[in-house]
Amino acid sequence: MAMLEVRDLEVSYGVIQAIKGISFAVNEGEVIALIGANGAGKTTILHTITGLLSPKAGSVFFDGVEISKIKSHKIVAMGMAHVPEGRRVFAQLSVYQNLMLGAFTRKDKSEIEENLRNIYRRFPRLEERKGQIAGTLSGGEQQMLALGRALMSSPRIILMDEPSMGLSPIFVSEIFAIIEEISSAGTTVLLVEQNAKKALSIADRAYVLETGNIALEGKAIDLLDNDDIKKAYLGE
Amino acid sequence: MNFISFLINGLSLGSIYAIIALGYTMVYGIAKMLNFAHGDVIMVGAFTVFWGVSMQGFDPFLSLLLSITICIILGVTIEFIAYRPLRGAASKLVVLITAIGVSYFLQNLALLIFGASTKSFTSIVPFGPVRLFDGQIIISSETLVTFAACLIIMTSLTLFIHKTKPGQAMLAVAEDKDAAQLMGINVNGTITLTFAIGSGLAAIAGVLLCSAYPVISPYTGAMPGIKAFIAAVFGGIGSIPGALIGGLLLGVIEILGRAYISTQLSDVIVFMVLIIVLLVKPTGLLGRKLQEKV
Repeated sequence: MAMLEVRDLEVSYGVIQAIKGISFAVNEGEVIALIGANGAGKTTILHTITGLLSPKAGSVFFDGVEISKIKSHKIVAMGMAHVPEGRRVFAQLSVYQNLMLGAFTRKDKSEIEENLRNIYRRFPRLEERKGQIAGTLSGGEQQMLALGRALMSSPRIILMDEPSMGLSPIFVSEIFAIIEEISSAGTTVLLVEQNAKKALSIADRAYVLETGNIALEGKAIDLLDNDDIKKAYLGE
Repeated sequence: MNFISFLINGLSLGSIYAIIALGYTMVYGIAKMLNFAHGDVIMVGAFTVFWGVSMQGFDPFLSLLLSITICIILGVTIEFIAYRPLRGAASKLVVLITAIGVSYFLQNLALLIFGASTKSFTSIVPFGPVRLFDGQIIISSETLVTFAACLIIMTSLTLFIHKTKPGQAMLAVAEDKDAAQLMGINVNGTITLTFAIGSGLAAIAGVLLCSAYPVISPYTGAMPGIKAFIAAVFGGIGSIPGALIGGLLLGVIEILGRAYISTQLSDVIVFMVLIIVLLVKPTGLLGRKLQEKV
């Protein structure tokens, strides 16, 4: 059974249908990439999975449980974290406060402490700046904070929306290295990216979205060699 | 010595404004709406104590607890019935007009139950005034209780927000509702809690106000409500220390204006403060510029 399954999903903004009946699955331990141009519906899909948007039709299953009607704040507690597009760190709160808010649904103090140590180990820069107000961090540091904050909930699956957006090339490579690390530590990853080349290079499988439909799916390695993909997304 | 007495009176009135302003500022900060019915919750709080003490002969302290409870229930109910269904509304004006409607509803409800006549309110403070400097300065017991209440409320609220999980949830919701939900924070629950705290404080403010100025009518809450709103804007709406500073300054300005400039013009002076603040520093003394999220 797939860990996360999206079945015949349709989502509308008023009269405009953004997602026109798509299905896909994410198995435990996989890194799945959703790629596609601006406006293809990638962010809409993630928002619908974590309950920020309600689907018009279709359903989302997490561990076999239908979550389409469960409130967003309860889905987090089930083990799903979502790193939103544009990072959305709490800019007026400190790095430490941001991280602790990531652990909001958790109760065990010693586990939270342990988690915090792990995150500081993975992102030493966050420890150096733990007292600093998040809004004063650089874009790359804010992305690390957003990732660290999501990891504080000890998720089994993590949804990432354009983690490389607006970052310098050095930070982009760093972020992708971190995503691989998160994956090898056992967390399942659903990655939405415009940087198709990077995304495909770390993903197991990928789905290519075009205006609300899945145009293509397959192993990431095969998609990297696909001529259409090369032309449309890889700029070759 | 007169000046010092005026100053003390101003700070006392200002403390009440500050407690009311907290309700405005917290609700604005977290739900991003101006709850213009807040002033009338004050009136309901004061009337509950009036009903308890003067009409039923209950213990004053017990009446105060009853009043706080009723106001909390009232505030949460108003939010649930009137404001929550409008949370997704396209225009903020819709919620604002609803709040004004709720305000009129509460005033007219009190009119129906208690009548239009102004009634005398029995202070619930059980001890007499304190005399300093051979009786040259007299501090009323209501003033002392008001100072103490303001201090306790400010300290506990600050601790609550910075040291507890629901407090941190409030800060997160104030900044970004969607991101807060993704942290597992119940946004609706947090807004309900904010209304509960604001309305409970309104009850306390109402009783302090009517104890210091011992009359009560269905319109008792309207003017202090608007002035506390000005205090919240003055200090920087959304900011809790701002509510304290704005409230205290406004109280002092009003009392000194009444003493040295003109009794009739004291309200005009207060409203002029609002106009000047909006012209010179629209974000208020401690207010931060709101950043539009993309």
